[in-house]
Amino acid sequence: MSAEPTLLAPVAAEPVPPARTVLKRLLHNPVVAIGAAVLLLMTLIGLFAPWLGTIEPTAINPSTRNRVPGFERTIRADDGTTTVFKHRMGTDSLGRDVYSRVVYGARVSLLIAVSVASVAIAIGLVIGLIAGYVRPLDGIIMRFMDGLMAIPGILLAIAVVSLFRSGLTSVIIAIIVPEIPRVVRVVRSIVLSVREEPYVEAAIMQGTRLPKLMIRHILPNTIAPLIVQGTFIAASAILVEAILSFLGIGIPPEIPTWGNIMAEGRNLFRVFPHNILYPGIFLGITVLAVNMLGDGLRDTLDPKMTGR
Amino acid sequence: MLGYILRRLLATIPVLLIVAVLVFLMLRLTPGDPAAVIAGDNATTEQIALIRNRLGLDQPIPTQFGIWAGNLLRGELGESFFFKKPIGELIAGRIEPTLSLAFATMLIAICVAIPLGVLAAYKHGSWIDRVVMGFSVLGFSVPVFVIGYALIYVFAITLGWFPVQGYQPISGGFGGFLQRLVLPAVTLSVIYIALIARMTRASVLEVLNEDYIRTARAKGQVERKILFRHALKNAAVPIVTVVGIGIALLIGGVVVTESVFAIPGLGRLTVDAVLARDYPTIQAVILLFSGVYVGINLLIDLAYSLFDPRIRY
Repeated sequence: MSAEPTLLAPVAAEPVPPARTVLKRLLHNPVVAIGAAVLLLMTLIGLFAPWLGTIEPTAINPSTRNRVPGFERTIRADDGTTTVFKHRMGTDSLGRDVYSRVVYGARVSLLIAVSVASVAIAIGLVIGLIAGYVRPLDGIIMRFMDGLMAIPGILLAIAVVSLFRSGLTSVIIAIIVPEIPRVVRVVRSIVLSVREEPYVEAAIMQGTRLPKLMIRHILPNTIAPLIVQGTFIAASAILVEAILSFLGIGIPPEIPTWGNIMAEGRNLFRVFPHNILYPGIFLGITVLAVNMLGDGLRDTLDPKMTGR
Repeated sequence: MLGYILRRLLATIPVLLIVAVLVFLMLRLTPGDPAAVIAGDNATTEQIALIRNRLGLDQPIPTQFGIWAGNLLRGELGESFFFKKPIGELIAGRIEPTLSLAFATMLIAICVAIPLGVLAAYKHGSWIDRVVMGFSVLGFSVPVFVIGYALIYVFAITLGWFPVQGYQPISGGFGGFLQRLVLPAVTLSVIYIALIARMTRASVLEVLNEDYIRTARAKGQVERKILFRHALKNAAVPIVTVVGIGIALLIGGVVVTESVFAIPGLGRLTVDAVLARDYPTIQAVILLFSGVYVGINLLIDLAYSLFDPRIRY
């Protein structure tokens, strides 16, 4: 008896919970709340970098190289007044302030995370929709994606980077390429299952045109899984950028990224571990926050996965 | 079964072919003339033309691919621009450190991750579960090289238990070999442990609700046997799959770890080749790693029926 009323209830009232309850559920999930808060903090640090007691992150100062955290330096301005500047995280082997570089580094890392995730998802979405809907192309596209996925991600990124001159754009492209096949797979599998749904068939019977069918009936099903996928891509993008920069084939060394600061500190690591320690902590916390956000989102948006 | 093996083998051919085409096009897309690079700065135009002719670079692209793929099948990987040596020889000299590192890492990862995952599933919701899950998220969030340097700092520099960097071949003594292998293998195993522990936990958790587990408990079977014989065996397929998929992570990690610990293996060779823009070597290493990755996953696919007799082909 108890199951009867739901069957009789109007269909429209049932399926997707309204956005507000999803948001509420998300914020009640401590994992999501902590992840989002940390991420917000990092974003603010990146945005307000110039006002957080930093100096020019690329300014080289040969007289104060390799100073330990807490070292104080007197800066003489043009008009003769002097101020004392404290290197909270010490200086690197070119005398640049590590604290300033770490704070500015948040900008670059977050920029990379967001741009890689959004571009990889946009490209993967288009290819996935085509593969899932245009049957004759499916085989070719998916074999090509299998080929891309057969090359371990970091190696593929290294290979792509070796093709271009090193720079922010080429690093972003190199990180995007290995992520695309994963997005394509997710989108394609959703399209394949959704296109058999009665409401899609009904829409086709009604003569809905393909673009409208795609956007109104198929695309919305991909949003939740892609948001989850996007957070994991963002996390991996930050890590891969750091790895490429660390190996010396990433972003040009004068641009402060967490990977570059650590790469710079490599040679003198035994004596001055702070160059790796501080950016490492910032990077670890940020990626952890993104991963927590992703796990929480997945649990909330896909209740089947809760606690897995 | 034989038919299935044959079909799976055939299915990997297009994948490897596409990898080969991608890797080949990569070289041809690069700016600059490989012949000019090989010839060096002082070469005359005639010398460059001669090399171009010898390498078949004056042929149309599809013909070039044919020549290149033909050479590849005969095991001729070409010559390194930078090291001025046959690439086959170069790779052969670098295999031991990388294989040792990969094996040691796998051993550590499997021995640590599977018991952790089973325990977390058994104590679902307890603090042990939370610690294991927390560790696994953390393992995914810290770059390999930061873990490596942290371990070097604590265990090599501060405590002095292990050498800071370097590699010693097995032929130079097993003790020294092992001593130098511990830190890099532990470093590399962190992310792998995170991956396997997570999957083991999820997979065992699912199995623990099954009727046959209740039956085993009802007949008075010891908990340890229930977990490791009944539950783990039935949960094995996804775990083994993730071990195979994790090889991609392992290969990426090898490249980084070998750089941190100054190990003269294939990963270090890859980085050196990229820094020197030594495209033939880059191609060969990527093909080799991808081939190994695809091959191992093929073997794992074929091995499923060993873990789960219900799977018949």
